[in-house]
Amino acid sequence: MSLLQVNNLHTYFDTRRGTVKAVNGVTFSLEEGKTLGIVGESGSGKSQTAMSILKLFQKNQRIANGTIYFDGEEISSFSKKELLNIRGNEISMIFQEPMTSLNPVFTVKYQLMEALQLHQKLDSKAALARTYELLEAVKIPNPERVIKQYPHQLSGGMSQRVMIAMALACSPKLLIADEPTTALDVIIQAEILKLMNELKEKFNTSILFITHDLGVISQMADDVIVMYGGKIVESAPIKEIFKNAQHPYTKRLMAAFLRTDIKQRSTNEALDFYSSENEQFDFSNFRENADADPDWIQINDNHYVAATLKQHPVS
Amino acid sequence: MFRYIVKRILWLIPILLGVSFIVFTIMYLSPGDPVTMILGEGATEEAYQALRTQMGFDQSFIVQFLNYVRGVVFDFDLGRSYVSNRVVLDEILVRLPNTIRLASWSILFATLIGIPLGVISATRPYSKVDNVVMFISLVGVSMPTFWQALLLIILFTSTLGWLPASGFTSWQQMIMPVFALATSSMGTIARITRSSMMDVLDQDYIRTSEAKGVSDGRVIFQHALRNALIPVVTVIGLQFGALLGGAVLTETIFSINGLGTMMVNAIRTRDTMVVQGGVLFIAFIFTLVNLCVDILYAYIDPRIRSQYD
Repeated sequence: MSLLQVNNLHTYFDTRRGTVKAVNGVTFSLEEGKTLGIVGESGSGKSQTAMSILKLFQKNQRIANGTIYFDGEEISSFSKKELLNIRGNEISMIFQEPMTSLNPVFTVKYQLMEALQLHQKLDSKAALARTYELLEAVKIPNPERVIKQYPHQLSGGMSQRVMIAMALACSPKLLIADEPTTALDVIIQAEILKLMNELKEKFNTSILFITHDLGVISQMADDVIVMYGGKIVESAPIKEIFKNAQHPYTKRLMAAFLRTDIKQRSTNEALDFYSSENEQFDFSNFRENADADPDWIQINDNHYVAATLKQHPVS
Repeated sequence: MFRYIVKRILWLIPILLGVSFIVFTIMYLSPGDPVTMILGEGATEEAYQALRTQMGFDQSFIVQFLNYVRGVVFDFDLGRSYVSNRVVLDEILVRLPNTIRLASWSILFATLIGIPLGVISATRPYSKVDNVVMFISLVGVSMPTFWQALLLIILFTSTLGWLPASGFTSWQQMIMPVFALATSSMGTIARITRSSMMDVLDQDYIRTSEAKGVSDGRVIFQHALRNALIPVVTVIGLQFGALLGGAVLTETIFSINGLGTMMVNAIRTRDTMVVQGGVLFIAFIFTLVNLCVDILYAYIDPRIRSQYD
């Protein structure tokens, strides 16, 4: 039994100009203690897949079809009230912009204690002790000072550490990280990734890691799914996808990611490669046939690729 | 913070000096001779000159101004009314309670109704409820206060006979003026609250609080409202200041003996000293209200607080 099982998820936005199918038939599962990466470009539906799990929706957004099972329960059918007990308790989230993700009018202490007191019946003394523990766990120097500070007094890296501490407050089974390091510079990014991997071991938390950065995903994930146009185009273990990417879109993502270790590829070369690969894969057709489920071709153990192609390289 | 407040209080000095200089100049240049007004047309030349010297009008403009300022600063002396010969400060203080009561009740109602209406609208944008609330507040803002006051009198006094049309001592007398005055402020406050709240509800930290498992009510009133309050507090402060200084029409229509009525009468009778003193006093209150608003900012938003330090 997987910790998280998403079956045929469809998430739609109802707009005045019609329905936008942000997530259009996504199926995946995440095992306990593992990290699953979701990669894809902006608009591929990766964030909305994550938002669907906790139903952190806009007013015009809904799950049109599909189910989400978490820890054996079908949370996609949960009421708002039932979801409140899951959010921040068993499933937590951290976001892309740490500087704007903390409430500017409350202290670090208030925001951390709130997370604790919402879900655990702690008296304020125990909650405070736990808050210090959490700040130490995320390696915040000088917690006595930081705890009294407001978000505008923290750097981006510090804010993200506070966000992580807040997310881990109730020892969740699943942490959803939506591009948690995109807004940070590379050094801080490396520190935060290292910290997340350490905490994952320590708290035995599974992570759903969303990013467009293949370099980041290679350090974090056990398995990867690649999304495009609201659908999964390829899913594979992390090593497999770097060695043996099959889908033209995956190859295209790889090409866009300049790897200095193999061969210095100039941006122009990367773009040339991108357009030559484009000819094999009919992107517009993929969008138009968006409602049809792709056929799946198994490449290897746990390595599947969608066969919605003009000329499939494998077939 | 303390230093900031002291600094702001010290700033009151040049502001009030500036205000009094402008008012003094305008009154100095405006036509009409107070001495003739007091003595009447048929006074002898000697009596005229004697009173002119006694009141200091034979001196230069600057000397007159400095004398006036000295009186205000050292003796709290705003002079005497040319018409009634009463002390201007007493005239103001007699009427101040009525004005403060009217302005306070009005702003209190406007705030207590306007903010919740704005919040309700912001949480259901473009819905029927939102449309109704925004329509009501638009009417509130657009309808001239004096016209509203007249309509109220026609309905509740002339037709139904439920409420008295004048005076300001019993609560029955207070209902109509407070209502007439509160509606426009209420409309403004509701609209500002709505737009500010809608801005805040789109922010990342609201999504964070939802992801934490905070209930909708707490998200709105605890996490969002406080962030949305800065522009609302600004508007409330400005409206309150304006109400204190010049609910002129409302006071006149309901025969309330407040600062507005006093000022209108003083202007009509060219009672220079009362006009001067009144404007200075209202400017003083207005700047005090603004100071309170700025201190409130710091209380609401820690980012502003750290700017003050």
